[in-house]
Amino acid sequence: MTLEWIGDVILLVVVLPVVIYLLHGVLTAANSIVPSVNRIAAAAQRGSADLDAVPLLLHTQEQTIATVGVVADYGGSLDVILDDAQGA
Amino acid sequence: MPAAGVVMIIAVVAIVAAAVFYLVSTIVALRRITNGLDEAIAGVVAIIDKSAPVADVVNTINQNLDAGVDLLEGLLVKKAGLADAVGLIDGLYPGAAAQGLRNLPDAKRVKVPRISEVYTRGTLTLARLGREAPIAAASPNGPALRNAVYGSKASAALYPDGRPGRQPSLPRSPVIGVDSPVQYDPDEEVGGPRKRLPLAQERS
Repeated sequence: MTLEWIGDVILLVVVLPVVIYLLHGVLTAANSIVPSVNRIAAAAQRGSADLDAVPLLLHTQEQTIATVGVVADYGGSLDVILDDAQGA
Repeated sequence: MPAAGVVMIIAVVAIVAAAVFYLVSTIVALRRITNGLDEAIAGVVAIIDKSAPVADVVNTINQNLDAGVDLLEGLLVKKAGLADAVGLIDGLYPGAAAQGLRNLPDAKRVKVPRISEVYTRGTLTLARLGREAPIAAASPNGPALRNAVYGSKASAALYPDGRPGRQPSLPRSPVIGVDSPVQYDPDEEVGGPRKRLPLAQERS
């Protein structure tokens, strides 16, 4: 009978607090991850939205090619119009 | 049932209840984490998809810009000479002379003329574009940027004996009207060169 009471005391005083402490720690850690994950998700969505202008690069590419072509034509004309430097 | 057994059962039930409560709470938190990670993964996938063509497009843009830079650098060096070209670039972009020109490694060893300390950017541009701009004229200190006399072979070829001065007398503007001394026939004049009348006749 005495041993049973000792076992009861151990369960209530030692095992139960230890179980609660450990599980509470796990729950706290899991809950602390949630805000971080939400921030990561929001940042990924904002980053994705920032890249919506990427298709404009295709227009920039076309404009660059056209501009370089005009510069080449203009440079060719200048090459004809202007004299070369002495010794060049 | 003895009292000790009842207490033990109560203790075990309490332990199981605590375990269930915390484990269920943990499961709920993990589900929220999973949902958040799903959203994050979707955003990252969208970023990857949208940024996939960026490298090729940017490389193409850079190749075209490189070609343009090579063209302009080559043209500048050809027309202005290496030293003046580097001086002009350094005048427009201070410190750029240290980097030199990409296709001309010798540009880094050129003694850069301090063009920008004497002339403004606009003047430099005019000097480069117009070989007979006032800045290029001979000064008491010698040629400014280019020799004004020999700077233009093309224009010098037009006047091999020197640029002619003002003509002593220029033909006067023709008198027009019904009473004009010279009557022009529109049928002859339109589309054809103007008649070059003798000077004396034009003055009359």
